[in-house]
Amino acid sequence: MFLTEEQKAILNGEKGDTLAKVMESVVRYGELFGADKLVPITSKYNHLVTSFGLKMIGPIYDLMNKLIEAGAISGQKFSCDPRPVDKNVPANFLQKLVFNKFMYSKQDFYEGQLNTLGLMEKDAFSCACYLDEVGNKPNKGDILSWSESSAVVYANSVLGARCNRNSGIIDIMGSVVGYVPHFGLLTDEGRKATWIIEVKTTKKPEAQLLGSAIGMKVMEDVPYIKGLDHWIGDELNDESCAYLKDFGAATASNGAVGLYHVDNLTPEAKELGDALISEGAQVYVIDDAELQRIYDSYPVIWKKPDATPKLCFMGCPHMSLEQLKSWTVKLEAALEKAGNKKVVIPTVFTTAPKVIEAFNNTEYAKRLEATGVIVSYICPLMYMNNPLCRKMPVITSSNKLRTYTTARYYTDEEILVKITGGKK
Amino acid sequence: MKAFNGRVVSPGTVTAEALVSHGGLNTLASFQKALQFGDKKATCGDQNNPDLYGHEMAGKALCLPQTIGSTTGGLVLYCACAMGRQPACMLFSQPIDSLAGAGVILADVWLDGVKMPVIDSLGDEFLDFVKTGNTITVKENGVVEVE
Repeated sequence: MFLTEEQKAILNGEKGDTLAKVMESVVRYGELFGADKLVPITSKYNHLVTSFGLKMIGPIYDLMNKLIEAGAISGQKFSCDPRPVDKNVPANFLQKLVFNKFMYSKQDFYEGQLNTLGLMEKDAFSCACYLDEVGNKPNKGDILSWSESSAVVYANSVLGARCNRNSGIIDIMGSVVGYVPHFGLLTDEGRKATWIIEVKTTKKPEAQLLGSAIGMKVMEDVPYIKGLDHWIGDELNDESCAYLKDFGAATASNGAVGLYHVDNLTPEAKELGDALISEGAQVYVIDDAELQRIYDSYPVIWKKPDATPKLCFMGCPHMSLEQLKSWTVKLEAALEKAGNKKVVIPTVFTTAPKVIEAFNNTEYAKRLEATGVIVSYICPLMYMNNPLCRKMPVITSSNKLRTYTTARYYTDEEILVKITGGKK
Repeated sequence: MKAFNGRVVSPGTVTAEALVSHGGLNTLASFQKALQFGDKKATCGDQNNPDLYGHEMAGKALCLPQTIGSTTGGLVLYCACAMGRQPACMLFSQPIDSLAGAGVILADVWLDGVKMPVIDSLGDEFLDFVKTGNTITVKENGVVEVE
Protein backbone atom coordinates (compact mmCIF):
# COMPACT_ATOMS: atom_id res chain seq x y z
CA MET A 1 0.00 0.00 0.00
CA PHE A 2 1.27 3.47 -0.85
CA LEU A 3 1.86 5.60 2.24
CA THR A 4 2.81 9.28 2.32
CA GLU A 5 5.89 10.39 4.22
CA GLU A 6 3.65 11.67 7.02
CA GLN A 7 1.83 8.34 7.27
CA LYS A 8 5.11 6.41 7.24
CA ALA A 9 6.46 8.62 10.03
CA ILE A 10 3.46 7.87 12.23
CA LEU A 11 3.77 4.15 11.46
CA ASN A 12 7.47 4.28 12.36
CA GLY A 13 6.69 5.68 15.76
CA GLU A 14 7.80 9.29 15.31
CA LYS A 15 4.62 10.42 17.07
CA GLY A 16 4.75 7.77 19.76
CA ASP A 17 4.21 4.05 20.16
CA THR A 18 0.45 4.20 20.65
CA LEU A 19 -0.18 6.27 17.53
CA ALA A 20 2.13 3.89 15.65
CA LYS A 21 -0.05 0.98 16.76
CA VAL A 22 -3.18 2.84 15.69
CA MET A 23 -1.63 3.45 12.26
CA GLU A 24 -0.47 -0.18 12.07
CA SER A 25 -4.04 -1.33 12.78
CA VAL A 26 -5.43 0.88 10.01
CA VAL A 27 -2.72 -0.04 7.50
CA ARG A 28 -2.91 -3.79 8.14
CA TYR A 29 -6.70 -3.58 7.93
CA GLY A 30 -6.34 -1.97 4.51
CA GLU A 31 -3.67 -4.38 3.31
CA LEU A 32 -5.89 -7.31 4.16
CA PHE A 33 -8.48 -6.02 1.72
CA GLY A 34 -6.13 -4.90 -1.03
CA ALA A 35 -6.27 -1.16 -0.32
CA ASP A 36 -3.92 0.82 -2.56
CA LYS A 37 -3.60 3.84 -0.24
CA LEU A 38 -5.07 5.67 2.72
CA VAL A 39 -7.53 8.47 1.98
CA PRO A 40 -8.49 11.38 4.24
CA ILE A 41 -11.77 11.20 6.13
CA THR A 42 -13.93 14.09 4.89
CA SER A 43 -17.12 13.81 6.98
CA LYS A 44 -17.61 16.31 9.77
CA TYR A 45 -18.39 13.62 12.35
CA ASN A 46 -17.66 9.96 12.97
CA HIS A 47 -20.16 7.44 14.35
CA LEU A 48 -19.17 4.65 16.73
CA VAL A 49 -21.06 1.42 17.35
CA THR A 50 -19.80 0.91 20.90
CA SER A 51 -22.04 2.81 23.29
CA PHE A 52 -22.53 0.32 26.04
CA GLY A 53 -20.66 0.16 29.30
CA LEU A 54 -20.82 -3.59 29.56
CA LYS A 55 -18.79 -4.87 32.47
CA MET A 56 -17.59 -7.79 30.38
CA ILE A 57 -15.89 -5.78 27.64
CA GLY A 58 -13.09 -4.67 29.90
CA PRO A 59 -10.48 -5.16 27.15
CA ILE A 60 -12.14 -2.33 25.21
CA TYR A 61 -11.88 0.09 28.14
CA ASP A 62 -8.22 -0.84 28.53
CA LEU A 63 -7.63 -0.10 24.87
CA MET A 64 -9.51 3.21 25.07
CA ASN A 65 -7.41 4.14 28.10
CA LYS A 66 -4.25 3.52 26.13
CA LEU A 67 -5.49 5.96 23.48
CA ILE A 68 -6.45 8.57 26.07
CA GLU A 69 -3.20 8.29 28.03
CA ALA A 70 -1.19 8.69 24.83
CA GLY A 71 -3.23 11.71 23.73
CA ALA A 72 -4.39 9.75 20.67
CA ILE A 73 -7.73 11.55 20.64
CA SER A 74 -10.18 11.44 17.76
CA GLY A 75 -9.57 14.20 15.24
CA GLN A 76 -13.29 14.51 14.64
CA LYS A 77 -16.17 14.51 17.08
CA PHE A 78 -18.50 11.53 16.94
CA SER A 79 -21.93 10.21 17.80
CA CYS A 80 -22.51 6.76 19.30
CA ASP A 81 -25.08 4.00 19.25
CA PRO A 82 -27.92 4.22 21.80
CA ARG A 83 -27.52 3.89 25.53
CA PRO A 84 -28.35 0.43 26.89
CA VAL A 85 -30.51 1.46 29.86
CA ASP A 86 -33.40 3.84 30.47
CA LYS A 87 -35.38 3.88 33.72
CA ASN A 88 -38.58 4.62 31.73
CA VAL A 89 -38.52 1.19 30.07
CA PRO A 90 -40.44 -1.44 32.07
CA ALA A 91 -38.20 -3.71 34.09
CA ASN A 92 -38.76 -5.63 37.29
CA PHE A 93 -36.62 -5.31 40.41
CA LEU A 94 -34.31 -8.14 39.44
CA GLN A 95 -33.84 -6.83 35.91
CA LYS A 96 -32.99 -3.37 37.20
CA LEU A 97 -30.49 -4.89 39.59
CA VAL A 98 -28.87 -6.90 36.81
CA PHE A 99 -28.78 -3.90 34.41
CA ASN A 100 -27.37 -1.35 36.83
CA LYS A 101 -25.23 -3.37 39.19
CA PHE A 102 -23.96 -6.11 36.95
CA MET A 103 -24.26 -5.73 33.18
CA TYR A 104 -23.92 -2.00 32.59
CA SER A 105 -22.14 -0.99 35.75
CA LYS A 106 -19.37 0.59 33.64
CA GLN A 107 -21.75 2.86 31.70
CA ASP A 108 -20.83 6.12 33.43
CA PHE A 109 -17.15 5.27 33.28
CA TYR A 110 -17.34 4.47 29.57
CA GLU A 111 -19.33 7.61 28.76
CA GLY A 112 -16.53 9.50 30.49
CA GLN A 113 -14.04 7.86 28.14
CA LEU A 114 -16.20 8.74 25.15
CA ASN A 115 -16.42 12.37 26.26
CA THR A 116 -12.65 12.54 26.52
CA LEU A 117 -12.21 10.94 23.13
CA GLY A 118 -14.60 13.36 21.35
CA LEU A 119 -18.34 12.66 21.81
CA MET A 120 -20.36 15.31 19.85
CA GLU A 121 -22.47 16.20 22.90
CA LYS A 122 -23.67 14.43 26.01
CA ASP A 123 -26.79 12.93 24.42
CA ALA A 124 -25.33 12.02 21.01
CA PHE A 125 -26.48 8.42 21.39
CA SER A 126 -28.52 6.97 18.53
CA CYS A 127 -28.02 4.32 15.87
CA ALA A 128 -29.88 6.67 13.49
CA CYS A 129 -27.32 9.46 13.84
CA TYR A 130 -28.14 10.70 10.34
CA LEU A 131 -31.60 11.92 11.37
CA ASP A 132 -31.84 15.70 11.03
CA GLU A 133 -32.45 16.19 14.75
CA VAL A 134 -29.28 14.30 15.68
CA GLY A 135 -27.18 16.23 13.22
CA ASN A 136 -24.61 13.70 12.02
CA LYS A 137 -25.63 13.58 8.37
CA PRO A 138 -22.75 13.26 5.91
CA ASN A 139 -22.81 14.72 2.42
CA LYS A 140 -22.82 12.76 -0.81
CA GLY A 141 -19.29 11.61 -1.59
CA ASP A 142 -17.99 12.11 1.96
CA ILE A 143 -15.46 9.53 3.16
CA LEU A 144 -16.42 8.07 6.53
CA SER A 145 -14.90 5.88 9.23
CA TRP A 146 -18.28 4.84 10.65
CA SER A 147 -19.30 1.52 12.09
CA GLU A 148 -22.90 0.49 13.13
CA SER A 149 -24.15 -1.62 10.26
CA SER A 150 -27.54 0.10 9.89
CA ALA A 151 -25.94 3.56 9.80
CA VAL A 152 -23.24 2.51 7.33
CA VAL A 153 -25.74 1.00 4.90
CA TYR A 154 -27.94 4.12 5.17
CA ALA A 155 -25.02 6.52 4.66
CA ASN A 156 -23.79 4.60 1.62
CA SER A 157 -27.13 3.91 0.01
CA VAL A 158 -29.45 6.80 0.84
CA LEU A 159 -26.93 9.61 1.37
CA GLY A 160 -24.33 8.51 -1.19
CA ALA A 161 -21.45 8.79 1.28
CA ARG A 162 -18.61 6.27 1.12
CA CYS A 163 -17.88 3.95 4.00
CA ASN A 164 -16.87 0.36 4.50
CA ARG A 165 -18.57 -1.87 7.04
CA ASN A 166 -15.99 -1.01 9.65
CA SER A 167 -15.88 -2.79 12.92
CA GLY A 168 -16.10 -1.08 16.28
CA ILE A 169 -12.67 0.20 17.45
CA ILE A 170 -11.30 0.31 13.89
CA ASP A 171 -13.88 3.12 13.45
CA ILE A 172 -12.26 5.41 16.02
CA MET A 173 -8.76 4.47 14.91
CA GLY A 174 -9.57 5.97 11.52
CA SER A 175 -10.58 9.18 13.25
CA VAL A 176 -7.43 9.24 15.37
CA VAL A 177 -5.08 9.11 12.38
CA GLY A 178 -7.49 10.94 10.04
CA TYR A 179 -7.37 8.33 7.27
CA VAL A 180 -9.17 5.19 6.16
CA PRO A 181 -7.93 2.53 3.73
CA HIS A 182 -9.14 2.89 0.15
CA PHE A 183 -10.91 -0.37 -0.71
CA GLY A 184 -14.35 -1.94 -1.10
CA LEU A 185 -17.25 0.49 -0.84
CA LEU A 186 -14.91 3.47 -1.08
CA THR A 187 -14.13 2.60 -4.70
CA ASP A 188 -16.32 3.00 -7.79
CA GLU A 189 -15.85 -0.67 -8.66
CA GLY A 190 -16.77 -1.79 -5.16
CA ARG A 191 -20.06 0.10 -5.38
CA LYS A 192 -21.25 -1.84 -8.41
CA ALA A 193 -24.09 -4.31 -7.93
CA THR A 194 -23.52 -8.02 -8.37
CA TRP A 195 -27.17 -8.86 -7.76
CA ILE A 196 -30.33 -7.63 -9.46
CA ILE A 197 -33.36 -7.86 -7.18
CA GLU A 198 -36.69 -7.84 -8.99
CA VAL A 199 -39.53 -6.88 -6.65
CA LYS A 200 -42.74 -8.39 -8.05
CA THR A 201 -45.07 -8.26 -5.07
CA THR A 202 -48.76 -7.41 -5.33
CA LYS A 203 -48.58 -4.93 -2.46
CA LYS A 204 -45.98 -2.70 -0.82
CA PRO A 205 -43.49 -5.13 0.69
CA GLU A 206 -42.83 -4.90 4.41
CA ALA A 207 -39.49 -3.05 4.68
CA GLN A 208 -38.04 -5.31 7.35
CA LEU A 209 -39.12 -8.50 5.57
CA LEU A 210 -37.84 -7.43 2.16
CA GLY A 211 -34.53 -6.38 3.69
CA SER A 212 -34.25 -9.69 5.48
CA ALA A 213 -34.88 -11.67 2.28
CA ILE A 214 -32.29 -9.68 0.35
CA GLY A 215 -29.71 -9.78 3.14
CA MET A 216 -29.95 -13.53 3.53
CA LYS A 217 -29.62 -14.00 -0.24
CA VAL A 218 -26.82 -11.61 -1.20
CA MET A 219 -24.91 -11.60 2.12
CA GLU A 220 -22.17 -8.92 1.75
CA ASP A 221 -22.76 -8.22 -1.96
CA VAL A 222 -24.29 -5.07 -3.43
CA PRO A 223 -27.88 -5.48 -4.71
CA TYR A 224 -29.55 -3.26 -7.32
CA ILE A 225 -33.27 -3.32 -6.56
CA LYS A 226 -35.81 -2.89 -9.34
CA GLY A 227 -39.54 -2.44 -8.86
CA LEU A 228 -39.41 -1.02 -5.34
CA ASP A 229 -39.85 2.55 -6.60
CA HIS A 230 -43.31 1.44 -7.75
CA TRP A 231 -44.25 1.08 -4.07
CA ILE A 232 -42.25 3.77 -2.28
CA GLY A 233 -41.89 6.37 -5.03
CA ASP A 234 -38.97 7.99 -6.78
CA GLU A 235 -38.31 10.73 -4.24
CA LEU A 236 -36.30 10.65 -1.04
CA ASN A 237 -38.73 12.14 1.48
CA ASP A 238 -39.49 11.44 5.15
CA GLU A 239 -41.60 8.40 4.33
CA SER A 240 -39.29 6.74 1.82
CA CYS A 241 -36.20 7.49 3.93
CA ALA A 242 -37.84 5.87 6.97
CA TYR A 243 -38.69 2.84 4.81
CA LEU A 244 -35.10 2.62 3.54
CA LYS A 245 -33.74 3.02 7.09
CA ASP A 246 -35.65 -0.04 8.28
CA PHE A 247 -35.13 -1.97 5.06
CA GLY A 248 -31.37 -1.34 5.13
CA ALA A 249 -31.00 -2.36 8.77
CA ALA A 250 -32.58 -5.71 7.92
CA THR A 251 -30.25 -6.25 4.93
CA ALA A 252 -27.26 -5.47 7.14
CA SER A 253 -28.24 -7.63 10.10
CA ASN A 254 -29.81 -10.60 8.32
CA GLY A 255 -26.89 -10.54 5.89
CA ALA A 256 -23.93 -8.19 5.68
CA VAL A 257 -25.07 -5.63 3.12
CA GLY A 258 -23.18 -2.32 3.27
CA LEU A 259 -24.69 -0.68 0.19
CA TYR A 260 -27.79 -1.13 -1.94
CA HIS A 261 -29.13 0.78 -4.90
CA VAL A 262 -32.84 1.31 -5.52
CA ASP A 263 -33.71 1.97 -9.14
CA ASN A 264 -35.00 5.54 -9.71
CA LEU A 265 -34.64 6.42 -6.03
CA THR A 266 -31.24 6.29 -4.34
CA PRO A 267 -28.72 8.92 -5.49
CA GLU A 268 -26.27 6.76 -7.41
CA ALA A 269 -29.04 4.73 -9.04
CA LYS A 270 -30.66 7.96 -10.20
CA GLU A 271 -27.39 9.17 -11.68
CA LEU A 272 -26.01 5.98 -13.18
CA GLY A 273 -28.93 3.53 -13.44
CA ASP A 274 -28.09 0.16 -14.97
CA ALA A 275 -24.45 1.21 -15.40
CA LEU A 276 -24.11 0.34 -11.70
CA ILE A 277 -24.84 -3.32 -12.43
CA SER A 278 -21.83 -5.58 -12.98
CA GLU A 279 -21.71 -7.89 -15.93
CA GLY A 280 -23.01 -11.33 -15.01
CA ALA A 281 -24.99 -10.10 -12.01
CA GLN A 282 -27.22 -12.77 -10.47
CA VAL A 283 -30.99 -12.26 -10.31
CA TYR A 284 -33.25 -12.80 -7.31
CA VAL A 285 -37.00 -12.42 -7.84
CA ILE A 286 -39.08 -11.53 -4.80
CA ASP A 287 -42.81 -12.05 -4.93
CA ASP A 288 -45.48 -12.50 -2.25
CA ALA A 289 -44.71 -16.20 -1.92
CA GLU A 290 -41.01 -15.58 -1.39
CA LEU A 291 -41.69 -13.06 1.36
CA GLN A 292 -44.06 -15.51 3.02
CA ARG A 293 -41.39 -18.22 2.79
CA ILE A 294 -38.90 -15.93 4.51
CA TYR A 295 -41.42 -14.99 7.22
CA ASP A 296 -42.27 -18.63 7.86
CA SER A 297 -38.59 -19.55 8.13
CA TYR A 298 -38.00 -17.50 11.29
CA PRO A 299 -37.60 -19.78 14.29
CA VAL A 300 -39.84 -19.15 17.30
CA ILE A 301 -37.58 -19.71 20.26
CA TRP A 302 -39.90 -18.74 23.07
CA LYS A 303 -40.23 -21.47 25.66
CA LYS A 304 -43.99 -21.28 25.18
CA PRO A 305 -44.64 -20.31 21.57
CA ASP A 306 -48.21 -19.26 22.39
CA ALA A 307 -47.21 -17.09 25.39
CA THR A 308 -48.86 -13.71 25.82
CA PRO A 309 -46.31 -11.02 24.91
CA LYS A 310 -45.06 -9.05 27.90
CA LEU A 311 -43.40 -6.27 25.97
CA CYS A 312 -43.29 -4.79 22.48
CA PHE A 313 -40.29 -2.88 21.10
CA MET A 314 -40.55 -0.67 18.03
CA GLY A 315 -37.61 1.31 16.72
CA CYS A 316 -34.56 -0.80 15.99
CA PRO A 317 -33.05 1.19 14.32
CA HIS A 318 -34.39 4.26 16.12
CA MET A 319 -37.62 5.72 14.77
CA SER A 320 -37.71 9.00 12.90
CA LEU A 321 -39.86 11.94 13.98
CA GLU A 322 -42.27 11.21 11.14
CA GLN A 323 -42.54 7.56 12.18
CA LEU A 324 -43.46 8.60 15.72
CA LYS A 325 -46.17 10.87 14.34
CA SER A 326 -47.57 8.38 11.86
CA TRP A 327 -47.60 5.59 14.46
CA THR A 328 -49.47 7.88 16.85
CA VAL A 329 -52.20 8.31 14.26
CA LYS A 330 -52.27 4.59 13.43
CA LEU A 331 -52.46 3.66 17.10
CA GLU A 332 -55.33 6.02 17.82
CA ALA A 333 -57.36 4.62 14.94
CA ALA A 334 -56.59 1.01 15.85
CA LEU A 335 -57.41 1.55 19.54
CA GLU A 336 -60.71 3.12 18.65
CA LYS A 337 -61.52 0.23 16.34
CA ALA A 338 -60.60 -2.26 19.07
CA GLY A 339 -62.63 -0.39 21.68
CA ASN A 340 -59.59 0.20 23.91
CA LYS A 341 -58.15 3.40 25.36
CA LYS A 342 -54.58 2.19 25.85
CA VAL A 343 -52.27 -0.44 24.42
CA VAL A 344 -52.87 -3.86 25.91
CA ILE A 345 -49.20 -4.91 25.75
CA PRO A 346 -46.55 -2.66 27.33
CA THR A 347 -45.03 -0.97 24.30
CA VAL A 348 -41.84 1.03 23.90
CA PHE A 349 -41.03 3.21 20.90
CA THR A 350 -37.31 3.95 20.71
CA THR A 351 -35.72 6.97 19.12
CA ALA A 352 -32.84 9.43 19.54
CA PRO A 353 -32.78 11.78 22.55
CA LYS A 354 -32.87 14.75 20.17
CA VAL A 355 -35.88 13.30 18.34
CA ILE A 356 -37.65 12.87 21.68
CA GLU A 357 -37.03 16.56 22.37
CA ALA A 358 -38.45 17.51 18.98
CA PHE A 359 -41.40 15.13 19.35
CA ASN A 360 -42.24 16.54 22.76
CA ASN A 361 -42.69 19.92 21.09
CA THR A 362 -45.44 18.56 18.84
CA GLU A 363 -49.10 17.92 19.59
CA TYR A 364 -48.46 14.20 18.94
CA ALA A 365 -46.49 13.69 22.16
CA LYS A 366 -49.52 13.99 24.46
CA ARG A 367 -51.59 11.90 22.08
CA LEU A 368 -49.04 9.09 22.03
CA GLU A 369 -48.69 9.27 25.81
CA ALA A 370 -52.45 8.86 26.07
CA THR A 371 -52.22 5.53 24.24
CA GLY A 372 -49.90 4.23 26.95
CA VAL A 373 -46.86 3.90 24.70
CA ILE A 374 -43.51 4.75 26.29
CA VAL A 375 -40.97 6.70 24.25
CA SER A 376 -37.36 5.88 25.10
CA TYR A 377 -33.82 6.46 23.84
CA ILE A 378 -32.77 2.92 24.81
CA CYS A 379 -31.14 0.31 22.59
CA PRO A 380 -33.66 -2.54 22.70
CA LEU A 381 -30.99 -4.98 21.63
CA MET A 382 -28.92 -4.19 24.69
CA TYR A 383 -32.02 -4.39 26.90
CA MET A 384 -32.84 -7.85 25.59
CA ASN A 385 -29.43 -9.47 25.79
CA ASN A 386 -29.42 -10.97 29.27
CA PRO A 387 -30.85 -14.21 30.67
CA LEU A 388 -33.77 -12.47 32.40
CA CYS A 389 -35.06 -10.61 29.36
CA ARG A 390 -34.17 -13.46 27.04
CA LYS A 391 -36.88 -15.52 28.71
CA MET A 392 -39.50 -12.79 28.24
CA PRO A 393 -41.92 -13.10 25.34
CA VAL A 394 -41.13 -9.85 23.53
CA ILE A 395 -42.53 -8.89 20.14
CA THR A 396 -41.13 -6.49 17.56
CA SER A 397 -41.33 -5.55 13.91
CA SER A 398 -37.54 -5.13 13.82
CA ASN A 399 -35.73 -7.84 11.95
CA LYS A 400 -32.46 -6.72 13.51
CA LEU A 401 -33.85 -7.22 17.00
CA ARG A 402 -35.25 -10.60 15.96
CA THR A 403 -31.86 -11.64 14.64
CA TYR A 404 -29.87 -10.80 17.76
CA THR A 405 -32.36 -11.63 20.51
CA THR A 406 -35.28 -13.88 21.38
CA ALA A 407 -37.77 -11.21 20.29
CA ARG A 408 -40.43 -12.52 17.93
CA TYR A 409 -40.97 -10.77 14.64
CA TYR A 410 -44.35 -9.62 13.39
CA THR A 411 -45.20 -7.25 10.55
CA ASP A 412 -46.14 -3.67 11.43
CA GLU A 413 -49.78 -4.47 10.76
CA GLU A 414 -49.72 -7.53 13.01
CA ILE A 415 -47.97 -5.57 15.76
CA LEU A 416 -50.62 -2.87 15.57
CA VAL A 417 -53.40 -5.42 16.02
CA LYS A 418 -51.62 -7.14 18.91
CA ILE A 419 -50.75 -4.06 20.95
CA THR A 420 -54.15 -2.45 20.52
CA GLY A 421 -56.06 -5.60 21.37
CA GLY A 422 -57.78 -5.67 18.02
CA LYS A 423 -58.79 -8.60 15.91
CA LYS A 424 -57.27 -9.56 12.58
CA MET B 1 -6.61 -36.77 5.09
CA LYS B 2 -7.06 -33.91 2.70
CA ALA B 3 -5.10 -30.66 2.53
CA PHE B 4 -6.36 -27.22 1.51
CA ASN B 5 -4.35 -24.10 0.72
CA GLY B 6 -5.38 -20.66 1.89
CA ARG B 7 -4.04 -17.19 2.61
CA VAL B 8 -2.42 -16.57 5.98
CA VAL B 9 -4.24 -13.71 7.73
CA SER B 10 -2.65 -14.39 11.12
CA PRO B 11 0.18 -16.94 11.22
CA GLY B 12 0.62 -19.87 13.55
CA THR B 13 0.26 -23.62 13.87
CA VAL B 14 -2.37 -25.54 15.78
CA THR B 15 -4.24 -28.84 15.90
CA ALA B 16 -7.85 -28.76 17.05
CA GLU B 17 -11.28 -30.29 16.62
CA ALA B 18 -13.35 -28.80 13.80
CA LEU B 19 -16.58 -26.89 14.40
CA VAL B 20 -18.25 -26.12 11.10
CA SER B 21 -20.72 -23.37 10.24
CA HIS B 22 -22.07 -23.52 6.72
CA GLY B 23 -23.81 -20.17 7.10
CA GLY B 24 -22.13 -16.91 8.03
CA LEU B 25 -21.01 -16.62 11.65
CA ASN B 26 -22.88 -13.81 13.37
CA THR B 27 -20.13 -12.81 15.80
CA LEU B 28 -22.21 -10.69 18.16
CA ALA B 29 -25.09 -13.14 18.33
CA SER B 30 -22.68 -16.05 18.75
CA PHE B 31 -20.35 -14.65 21.44
CA GLN B 32 -22.36 -12.05 23.34
CA LYS B 33 -23.93 -14.33 25.91
CA ALA B 34 -20.63 -16.09 26.56
CA LEU B 35 -18.73 -12.84 27.06
CA GLN B 36 -21.38 -11.27 29.25
CA PHE B 37 -21.90 -14.17 31.55
CA GLY B 38 -18.49 -15.70 31.98
CA ASP B 39 -18.91 -18.77 29.82
CA LYS B 40 -15.28 -19.79 29.33
CA LYS B 41 -16.23 -22.36 26.72
CA ALA B 42 -17.92 -19.68 24.60
CA THR B 43 -21.11 -21.60 23.89
CA CYS B 44 -22.66 -20.22 20.70
CA GLY B 45 -25.83 -18.24 21.41
CA ASP B 46 -26.95 -17.59 17.83
CA GLN B 47 -30.39 -19.11 17.45
CA ASN B 48 -30.26 -18.54 13.70
CA ASN B 49 -27.23 -20.74 13.20
CA PRO B 50 -28.32 -24.37 13.54
CA ASP B 51 -24.77 -25.60 12.89
CA LEU B 52 -23.30 -23.78 15.89
CA TYR B 53 -26.12 -22.97 18.32
CA GLY B 54 -25.32 -24.52 21.69
CA HIS B 55 -21.85 -25.69 20.62
CA GLU B 56 -18.70 -24.66 22.48
CA MET B 57 -16.50 -22.45 20.28
CA ALA B 58 -13.49 -21.79 22.51
CA GLY B 59 -10.53 -23.94 21.52
CA LYS B 60 -12.20 -25.31 18.39
CA ALA B 61 -11.06 -25.00 14.79
CA LEU B 62 -13.90 -22.78 13.63
CA CYS B 63 -14.62 -23.40 9.94
CA LEU B 64 -16.91 -20.88 8.27
CA PRO B 65 -17.57 -18.97 5.06
CA GLN B 66 -17.41 -15.44 6.56
CA THR B 67 -18.81 -13.52 9.51
CA ILE B 68 -22.01 -11.51 9.26
CA GLY B 69 -24.17 -9.16 11.29
CA SER B 70 -23.45 -6.28 13.65
CA THR B 71 -20.35 -4.16 13.20
CA THR B 72 -19.50 -4.82 16.81
CA GLY B 73 -18.20 -8.10 15.36
CA GLY B 74 -14.56 -7.09 15.34
CA LEU B 75 -14.49 -5.78 18.87
CA VAL B 76 -16.42 -8.82 20.09
CA LEU B 77 -13.78 -11.05 18.52
CA TYR B 78 -11.06 -8.85 20.05
CA CYS B 79 -12.67 -9.24 23.49
CA ALA B 80 -13.00 -13.00 23.04
CA CYS B 81 -9.25 -13.13 22.33
CA ALA B 82 -8.37 -10.84 25.24
CA MET B 83 -10.46 -12.98 27.59
CA GLY B 84 -9.06 -16.29 26.31
CA ARG B 85 -12.37 -17.48 24.85
CA GLN B 86 -11.37 -17.45 21.21
CA PRO B 87 -11.43 -20.43 18.85
CA ALA B 88 -8.12 -22.29 18.41
CA CYS B 89 -8.11 -21.00 14.85
CA MET B 90 -10.51 -19.51 12.32
CA LEU B 91 -10.66 -21.01 8.84
CA PHE B 92 -12.60 -19.11 6.21
CA SER B 93 -13.66 -20.70 2.94
CA GLN B 94 -14.09 -17.21 1.43
CA PRO B 95 -11.90 -14.11 1.69
CA ILE B 96 -12.21 -12.78 5.22
CA ASP B 97 -14.82 -10.04 5.75
CA SER B 98 -14.08 -6.58 7.12
CA LEU B 99 -15.47 -7.25 10.61
CA ALA B 100 -13.58 -10.44 11.32
CA GLY B 101 -10.51 -8.96 9.63
CA ALA B 102 -10.59 -5.97 11.97
CA GLY B 103 -10.97 -8.17 15.04
CA VAL B 104 -8.06 -10.41 14.05
CA ILE B 105 -5.78 -7.43 13.34
CA LEU B 106 -6.73 -5.61 16.54
CA ALA B 107 -5.92 -8.74 18.54
CA ASP B 108 -2.62 -9.16 16.68
CA VAL B 109 -1.53 -5.55 17.14
CA TRP B 110 -2.82 -4.73 20.64
CA LEU B 111 -2.78 -8.00 22.60
CA ASP B 112 0.33 -9.74 23.81
CA GLY B 113 0.56 -13.49 23.87
CA VAL B 114 -2.70 -14.26 22.06
CA LYS B 115 -2.34 -16.70 19.22
CA MET B 116 -5.23 -17.54 16.95
CA PRO B 117 -4.07 -18.62 13.49
CA VAL B 118 -6.44 -17.36 10.82
CA ILE B 119 -6.51 -18.64 7.25
CA ASP B 120 -8.94 -17.44 4.58
CA SER B 121 -9.77 -18.19 0.92
CA LEU B 122 -9.75 -21.97 1.48
CA GLY B 123 -12.49 -22.43 -1.12
CA ASP B 124 -16.01 -23.83 -1.11
CA GLU B 125 -14.65 -27.37 -1.35
CA PHE B 126 -13.10 -26.96 2.10
CA LEU B 127 -16.48 -26.28 3.72
CA ASP B 128 -18.08 -29.08 1.70
CA PHE B 129 -15.45 -31.52 2.93
CA VAL B 130 -14.84 -30.65 6.56
CA LYS B 131 -17.23 -31.96 9.22
CA THR B 132 -17.71 -31.00 12.84
CA GLY B 133 -15.53 -33.32 14.92
CA ASN B 134 -12.79 -33.75 12.29
CA THR B 135 -9.22 -33.14 13.44
CA ILE B 136 -7.72 -30.05 11.83
CA THR B 137 -4.06 -29.13 11.61
CA VAL B 138 -3.04 -25.65 10.53
CA LYS B 139 0.48 -25.19 9.16
CA GLU B 140 2.52 -22.00 9.18
CA ASN B 141 2.27 -21.62 5.39
CA GLY B 142 -1.54 -21.58 5.26
CA VAL B 143 -2.00 -25.28 4.56
CA VAL B 144 -4.97 -26.76 6.41
CA GLU B 145 -5.10 -30.53 6.85
CA VAL B 146 -8.42 -32.23 7.60
CA GLU B 147 -8.48 -35.75 9.04
